[in-house]
Amino acid sequence: MSNVNLNMNELDQEKLRELDGYIEKLEDPKGSLINVLHRAQHIFGYIPHNLQLYVSRQLGLDAARVSGVVSFYSYFSEKPTGKNVISVCMGTACYVKGAEKVLKKCLEVLDVKKNEISKDGLFTIRDVRCIGACGLAPVLTVGEKVYGHVSEDMVEDILNKYRGDENAN
Amino acid sequence: MSMVNIVINGIDLQVPKGTTVLDAAKEVGVHIPTLCHLDLHDFGVVNKVASCRVCVVEVQGRAALAPSCAEMVYEGMVVNTDSLKAINARRNNLELLLSNHPFDCLVCTKNLDCELQSLAEELNIREIHAVGEKMDYPLDKSSNAIVKDPNKCVMCRRCETMCNEVQTVGVLSGLNRGFGAVVAPAFNLDMAETSCTYCGQCVAVCPTAALTERIDLPKVWRALSREREHVVVQVAPAVRVAIGEMFGMEPGTISTGKLVTALKRLGFNAVFDTNFGADLTIMEEARELAHRLEHGGTLPMLTSCCPAWVKFFEHQFPEMLDVPSSCKSPQTMLGAIAKSYYAEKMNLDVKNLKVVSIMPCVAKKAESARPELSKEHELNVDFVLSTREFGHMIKEAGIDFAKLPDTEFDSILGESTGAAAIFGTTGGVIEAATRTAYELITGENLEKIDFEDLRGLDGIREASVKVGDIDLKIGIAHGLGNARKLLESIQKGEAFYHAIEIMACPGGCIGGGGQPYHHGDAEIIKKRQKAIYEIDKNTPRRKSHENEMVLKLYEEYLGEPYGKKAHDLLHTCYTPGEKI
Repeated sequence: MSNVNLNMNELDQEKLRELDGYIEKLEDPKGSLINVLHRAQHIFGYIPHNLQLYVSRQLGLDAARVSGVVSFYSYFSEKPTGKNVISVCMGTACYVKGAEKVLKKCLEVLDVKKNEISKDGLFTIRDVRCIGACGLAPVLTVGEKVYGHVSEDMVEDILNKYRGDENAN
Repeated sequence: MSMVNIVINGIDLQVPKGTTVLDAAKEVGVHIPTLCHLDLHDFGVVNKVASCRVCVVEVQGRAALAPSCAEMVYEGMVVNTDSLKAINARRNNLELLLSNHPFDCLVCTKNLDCELQSLAEELNIREIHAVGEKMDYPLDKSSNAIVKDPNKCVMCRRCETMCNEVQTVGVLSGLNRGFGAVVAPAFNLDMAETSCTYCGQCVAVCPTAALTERIDLPKVWRALSREREHVVVQVAPAVRVAIGEMFGMEPGTISTGKLVTALKRLGFNAVFDTNFGADLTIMEEARELAHRLEHGGTLPMLTSCCPAWVKFFEHQFPEMLDVPSSCKSPQTMLGAIAKSYYAEKMNLDVKNLKVVSIMPCVAKKAESARPELSKEHELNVDFVLSTREFGHMIKEAGIDFAKLPDTEFDSILGESTGAAAIFGTTGGVIEAATRTAYELITGENLEKIDFEDLRGLDGIREASVKVGDIDLKIGIAHGLGNARKLLESIQKGEAFYHAIEIMACPGGCIGGGGQPYHHGDAEIIKKRQKAIYEIDKNTPRRKSHENEMVLKLYEEYLGEPYGKKAHDLLHTCYTPGEKI
């Protein structure tokens, strides 16, 4: 048998209430799966299997359907993410202005693979599609904060801001 | 209905708006090859996801080719189905599908019965120009009924459509993307970890061997070859009107006598009839219904002979477990009697007695392994073969089925009535129960034996039968989606029934997951249904309680119907499950 954790009792109850609050206000819960998953990922940092099952029950959808949507979109992560999620934009403008080098430098500095969580649990680096801040290319975001015109030399300084405990947010 | 004028391959025709190019082409005898397309509109489902791109045709004025199964006609459309461009495109698309498909046709369960294989032959594929990596997922053999081989999946989504839209069990979905895309349960769980009912409708429509039944035939051969083992076999009603199809006979040919001869030739010690079990089931179930009516028991009473249906209510309606009948299914009842009454009469050690059943069903394989259905570690039924496996067994033995003479079933567990025969079709179980319940409750002789109101192929049917003072309200559904609708209407208090019959498969057992593949032809199921009612009409005794051997069984061994010994051997209980 597969080793899938479907125990919904292990989920953070407070975070679940926050998600429930979001779902309750929806006009069409069944048709808002992606919105709910988006919010769930925002609250929990990622969408593990037991959370997917929870969402399926709350929305009255089949678990298989939810699993299909989560596994299809690269934005949704089934694995835990670091405290700070760094998204390096790989859209056309950023790419042309050297986004690949920026991404490589990030991975080097933190000694981590793309989409995996760093050893200290503080960071996950992801490549994302165009976020629409092309005038600031190359762009990376740390959580909601946008950093523009990022060069290879700037990477270390930006990351250090988040390494100290008092700055971690 | 507004009409549309189009041209297909130079032929002018007029078709209603909303017709697909594929269907329009059929009207003028133009054949377009398809793969993922499945048209079972008689049973409420059409799969036209256009994922395989095999049915592409050229449309004038368009650079890109159109998938004819999903493309709607429009006024003035000019279509070319056999232009060089279309032929090349089809070949390329099929080659791509084949480039990621195992080449083990020679040893595959679907050899000569595979839609992909037939298509490769039809499109004359001799070389696969796309060479690359092939999927390498492990097989899912977790369940007792279905085997899933993701490597043979062509992502046609037929299984997903059947499971989600027709059965509303919703266990399958497309997962991941790109090369790793696969149709699987949530989180790629094993089938046995989900609320799969094993109805086998996914197996019935899968064009390849991505979904097949678990093969139990080698176990049966082994049992037959062991000298000290006494192997008995029983055959379900729906098998006898379909088995002939595996030997080139018309769907709906009644081959009862031939299949008994074949089984005798294969070396079974006794050939019994599941229909005997069906008559036995009616004896118990009619009494159970009468009991509930008399003593204010839970109503409605739901039939419980369909194991996929049992799994459905265990997982989807676990709060209603006191509603279904506690009766075991016919195959299980016969197995239980074989290992007690028959074994004692024949002086057999039960350890050396094996019961094999031949079923139109895939869920029956899982049913036979249910822990609730064994007595002191002895299973009521040891091995279940699908109709298809039985056909292969006959071929393997070199028996020329079509030329066989007729033989009768062996006695004591071989006699049956017309009421039992109709168990194979939707509406049959409840009609059989009504024939007996009528005489049981009113004490009068039932003159009009045929209850036409209970017959037909509509997904949900209802009828009212006057039984003495009671207006017996009966509900019938086939296809689990229809069952869900019926149950929900009862839960909401929108409808009231005294008794309900549910069959998981379209048409009932005749359309079962283990029957010879219909490849989308609903007519085959209809012909099988006609044959079932034929058998009933031509059987001298047509009411279950007139089965002499069944009455003898009660007299000599069981005592009172619905009495203590009957409860012990012939009734069961249910276990709630999760919905995953």
